[in-house]
Amino acid sequence: MMQRLIILTLGAIFGTTLVKSEVVSWFRIQQMFRFEEPYMYLVIGSAIAVGMVSVALIKYFRPKTITGEEIIISEKPYHKGIIFGGILFGMGWAITGACPGPIYAQIGSGAYIAIVTFFAAIGGVFLYGLVKPYLPN
Amino acid sequence: MEWIMEPWPWYISGPMIGLTVPLLLILTGKTFGISSSFRHINAMCMPRTKIRYFRDYDWRSWSWQLIFVLGIVIGGFIGNYVLSTTPVEFLPEAYYSLSGVFRLTIGGLLVGFGTRYANGCTSGHTIMGISNLRWPSLVASICFFVGGLIVVYIFMPIFWGVS
Repeated sequence: MMQRLIILTLGAIFGTTLVKSEVVSWFRIQQMFRFEEPYMYLVIGSAIAVGMVSVALIKYFRPKTITGEEIIISEKPYHKGIIFGGILFGMGWAITGACPGPIYAQIGSGAYIAIVTFFAAIGGVFLYGLVKPYLPN
Repeated sequence: MEWIMEPWPWYISGPMIGLTVPLLLILTGKTFGISSSFRHINAMCMPRTKIRYFRDYDWRSWSWQLIFVLGIVIGGFIGNYVLSTTPVEFLPEAYYSLSGVFRLTIGGLLVGFGTRYANGCTSGHTIMGISNLRWPSLVASICFFVGGLIVVYIFMPIFWGVS
């Protein structure tokens, strides 16, 4: 129960930050792909910088989780889908102005039409599940 | 504290997004990622499916992620209605139309299909993967970007007459 509350809170802080930083904005995403403003690059860049230092520290000091468990970071190995899927996702990102996190944040922010993006994304994953055995991997 | 009601500067929001990585790891032991939530929702809605991608794993062991994305929805509300003097509209007005629904449907399908095929999105690859110094995640992030450029510089001018 405690852990669920922590996760919900972290999600809420993350969602609030996505909205207050405007990275959930279709217009910001367009500015980024059109190289009009450095803003998005600064947000993503500083997020990666902080993430990188944190992960390095975690790997060096090997702290346990608050419940005393070992911290294991799941790895994502290379496969062809990283290229093909990556490009397809990027296209969807530019059209909808939302990567997965922001889809949820947009809905919460009252941009109710993002519910269409949400259900379409669910549908897209369903399609992926259907054709996965036939895709190059 | 008045700044909190305004859009936050990048040097506040960027590091806060980055901090989600260690906070999730240390407080809950979970690796940051969001797009697989779409897989779990599919699996949850189809308990009798024969599709192996949804059948051959236990979505319940991933229920934390569904709680996390619920938190994001709540956070989206807080950010725009509690911590803001005037709520901001994040999608173009033109998207609230039949053609908008069509575009969002195509785009959403691509987001869902693409993120799962790539096994991650901006969160799992660009933030988490690169932070973890994984080169496949860097390749993925470059491909995300290439996809966006294709839409902005080729598709939009041709199909939507926007350049």
